[in-house]
Order: sequence, then structure tokens, then C-alpha cells
Amino acid sequence: MIVSVASGKGGTGKTTIAAALASVWESPLDMMDLDVEAPNLHLFVKADIEDCRVAGLEVPVVDESRCTHCRMCADLCQFKAISDLGRILLVFPEMCHGCGGCIAVCPENALTPGTRELGDVCWGSAGQNGFFMGRLRIGEAMSPPLMREVKACREKFRQGEDRDLIVDAPPGTSCPAVNAVMDSHVVCLVTEPTPFGLYDLRLAVEAFRPLGPPMGVVINRDGIGDDAVFDFCRKEGIPVLARIPFSRELAEAYSEGRVFTEAAPELIPVFENLAEHLRRLGNATTPAMESSHA
Amino acid sequence: MHEIVILSGKGGTGKTTLTGAFVQLASNPVICDLDVDAPDLHMLLHPENESSHDFFSGHEAVIDPDRCTGCGLCADLCRFHAVQSQDAVFSINPIKCEGCKVCVAFCPEKAIDFPESHCGTWHTASTRFGPMIHAQLFPGAENSGKLVALLRQHARELAQARGLDLVVSDGPPGIGCPVISSLSGAGSALLITEPTPSGVHDLKRVSELCRHFHIPAAIIINKSDLNPGITREIKDWCAKKEWSLAGEIPYDAAATRAMVDGKVLPEFLPSDSALLGTLRDVWKRVEGLIEAKRAAWAFVSAIQAFSEKERQRVER
Repeated sequence: MIVSVASGKGGTGKTTIAAALASVWESPLDMMDLDVEAPNLHLFVKADIEDCRVAGLEVPVVDESRCTHCRMCADLCQFKAISDLGRILLVFPEMCHGCGGCIAVCPENALTPGTRELGDVCWGSAGQNGFFMGRLRIGEAMSPPLMREVKACREKFRQGEDRDLIVDAPPGTSCPAVNAVMDSHVVCLVTEPTPFGLYDLRLAVEAFRPLGPPMGVVINRDGIGDDAVFDFCRKEGIPVLARIPFSRELAEAYSEGRVFTEAAPELIPVFENLAEHLRRLGNATTPAMESSHA
Repeated sequence: MHEIVILSGKGGTGKTTLTGAFVQLASNPVICDLDVDAPDLHMLLHPENESSHDFFSGHEAVIDPDRCTGCGLCADLCRFHAVQSQDAVFSINPIKCEGCKVCVAFCPEKAIDFPESHCGTWHTASTRFGPMIHAQLFPGAENSGKLVALLRQHARELAQARGLDLVVSDGPPGIGCPVISSLSGAGSALLITEPTPSGVHDLKRVSELCRHFHIPAAIIINKSDLNPGITREIKDWCAKKEWSLAGEIPYDAAATRAMVDGKVLPEFLPSDSALLGTLRDVWKRVEGLIEAKRAAWAFVSAIQAFSEKERQRVER
């Protein structure tokens, strides 16, 4: 079962909730940080990184001696990554999405596959659990291809072994967040009871609902704002699975990198209950995306 | 004109709350919300839209089942696993489609259409603190970077048209596509961090990104009293890395209460509040840094103009 911990708004507590959830989940499980732009889960689960490898994206390299400047590649490219200037064919590898179209379309075999470095894929362990993460290279714009590499890395390790996975997703509701969540069995949406939290939760629900998996909400910092988020969840039929009260002590424990369940043992039953509910929601579904590989 | 963009790496450190406070303290700014997939600034500023526009960007592939013969070539070629088949009927999963056109170009039956995608809307608006440009990318949509670039261009044009010389932009979290689009070519960046392991980790990444693009940046430590030890570490690190520190702001529940009220902090806080004094000091320091940047630019332009004149004189 894959459980994604996601949110629209950043900083609502995805990473801490994911870490606390993992601490009460039946082990061994795997944890995966797909917030590759700002990965933080390793800091909270005290991950022991075994090794990292550089992940690349296939980008075209030009062999000028073969290019006849027919412009088929430049005409096909939707991302302005190839420009034909008449006598020179210019490739802008940082614009390339790695679709392979230019290489396939070139009648002269003047384009060959090269690579652009996306960042690191790292793996290791956290206690008895497996740990996987991606770290986007500074200056790299595209996170989804690196996220795909992190998922592929875990698949290679597990070789079909059935192990539960908790994913720490990136914030937002655009392509990186959707990419992180799309093959999950259940999505745990973390929000805070404030106008910003609610607005972004609504966007997240809109973005993730078409993906299929059931969703449940965790209200973090309960008590700091207003109750509008509860009305929203009731109206949308999304269960509120846990409420984590705000306290300065918890905020300080977080600032020391401590997991909620360790800093406040009274929260252990709250997270056990959350895990139980997520498991029940997730068991009832097969992710729509799993069958989509032709 | 100077464009300052507020970033953080990690989400939830207080970008929007502080942007709201600063646009009240700034004189005549153009305000821009560049967090196009989860924009929140409008909840503090209540913009009244003057004009609204659709944002179209990129295309998406759609298989016409009547023309498709089920050869499966598109599925073989698609690098994004967007082609799905059920009982030999092929279709494209719009969530996975990258809009690369490879399937469209190679389909032997020309059975794949390629309509433009409507990705969001953007608005020119007015607020009580100045004109505002903001947008909403549709949930799950792509091309946030392009929308960010478009908003920035319109914000600059608006500033020029109205004779305003400062654009204050609330940026997106992270360091990827929309952040790079917010940052490249901006005048300066303001990096909001918090004294937590994540705050520090992500501050380092976003500050490296600023160096990568040669954008001067100043750092604000928000909620600084949550962990005085880490706050000290951040200050030492700023000194070592030669980053300007624009100030420290203590944790205050008023930030959330102001948000619930739909107000920016300087409107919400009593005029004698210590937090308001701190915010004013921090913004004054930021303005000082902007002025220094402007002066440096003026100096460089003056030298350039002078050397150009000299070159012309020598040539004559």
C-alpha cells in the first residue's frame, strides 16, 4: 500500500506527520521523500543514507557533420530546446523534457542521446525501514523526472516485494505534487485551520480527486485559527482523521528535529488511529494509475 | 525599477504574511503573487480585479478512437507512460501527458489531436496598497514557470505605465521551475527562514540558487525565538557566507489572527506593538539594501555612459 502525505500549502507539517505516521506503522515499511526541491524527511527520521547516484535526463547531442538543417527536430520540439539557425543547430539542454522526439524524428541520425544531470537519488535505511529520497540539483527546474527516478530506484530494490510505502509529497497542486501522489492508494492531506490552509486544501482536493485514491485530512496546529476547514471537510465528505493540537512545546520540539510521537507520547494513540484509518481507506482501493502502463 | 521577490525554499515559513506586511510598509509598490499554484496573498489584500485573462500554455494529446487502429506505436514512443490501453482501445492519460507531441507526429493514422491547454487565469487588480497582478493555475495544471514569467512581465509593465519603481513579489516554495522563473533577472531576493532543521536545510538550497543566478539576497529569520540556538547558527552562517541579515522576527500568534481577519499585520497590530516596530525596522533595512542595489546600478550605468561617450569622442 502506498500512502502519500500531501498538502496544498507548504509548511503545514507534511514531513513531521509522515515521520510520526511511520513511527507507528507496522514495520518494516519504506519511506520516500519526493519533495525533491526541499527534501527534509531524512532530518526527522534520522535516515542513514547508504549511497546516492546521479540521475540524468536524456537530452539530445548534435553531430554537426550529419545535420542537414531540415528543421524537423526544431519543428517537433514543444519546449524550445532546439533552434535551427540555418548553419548551426543549437540545443538548449536545460529546456529539454527528455521526450526523445528529436532523436527519433531526425532522418540523418544527427542527434544522439546525452544526459542532463537532474540531481541525486539516495537510498538507505531509517531503523528497520527502507528510505529513499531525491535531491534536485541547484539550478535544475524540473522535479517530476527526478521523482520518477526515485520511484524507479525503489522498484528496483524491492523487485515486487509487497511492502507498505509512506511518501512525503511536495507542496502545491501543480505537476510535481500530482506526480508524487498519482500512484497512491490513499492520500493523507495535512492542513492547518487557517484561511490559507483551507484555501490551499480546497485546491489540493480539486487536483487530487481526479486521480482516484480516497483522501483523509489531518488538521495540524489545531486551535490556531478558525473552524471553516471542518465545515469544508464535512461538505466534501472527506473524513478528518486526526487533529494535532498546537502548542509551543510541540513547535519547539519540531525545531529540534524531534518526531511528534517521541516528543509527545500522548499523541501515539492519535497517530495509531490515523494509521488504522488510512490503512482501511487504502485497502478498499486500487490506484487508477497503476494499470495505466500500456 | 526594482523587483524584489520573497522566497524561502521550505513552505510555511511566513512568505505571504511578511509580503502582506511589507507591501503596507512600502511606498507605492506594485504587488505580485508568483505562487501561482497555491496563491494566498489575495486573502490578505482582497484585490478587486480590473481585468482577467485566460492563460493558455502547451498542448495535450487526445486520441480519436474512430481513427485509431490500435497499432500501439504511441505507447512504445511515449516516455511519460501517458498512453493507456484497455481491450486494445488506446487513450491518453491527461495527467501524465507532457504535451511533447511525439505521439502526434509519429501516429501513422494521424489519429491524435493536439489542442492547446487552458492552464489558468490571471488578473490585473487594485488593492488598498497598490496595483496587483495575480493568478490561479488550475489544480494539477502544468507550466507554472511560464505563468510566473508572464505575471512578472505584466507587473513590470504596470509599474512602468504608472511610474512606480518597486515591484514586491510573493514567491512560490521550493527551488524548481516556478522559483527559477521568479528569480531569474530579478533585482533582489528576500529569503524567509525559520530556526528548524528544515528551515535551515532549505534556506541553504534557495540561497545557493540565488548565487547560481547572481541575485543579491537578504535573509529574515522568522519565528526566531522558537529555537535561539539554531537562530544563532543561521546568523553565523550568514556572516560566513556573506549574506545580509535583514532581521529577526519572533513568533507571534497575531500573524494567524490577522490572517483570519483578512488583514496584513501592520493593520492588525496596535500602533505601539513591539512586533510592528520590528517589522518596520526589518523593512527599513530591506529598503536600504534595495537602495544600495539601485545606487550600484546607477553607478555602473553612469560609468557605462561615460565610457561610451569617451569612445565616441576618441573615434571622432
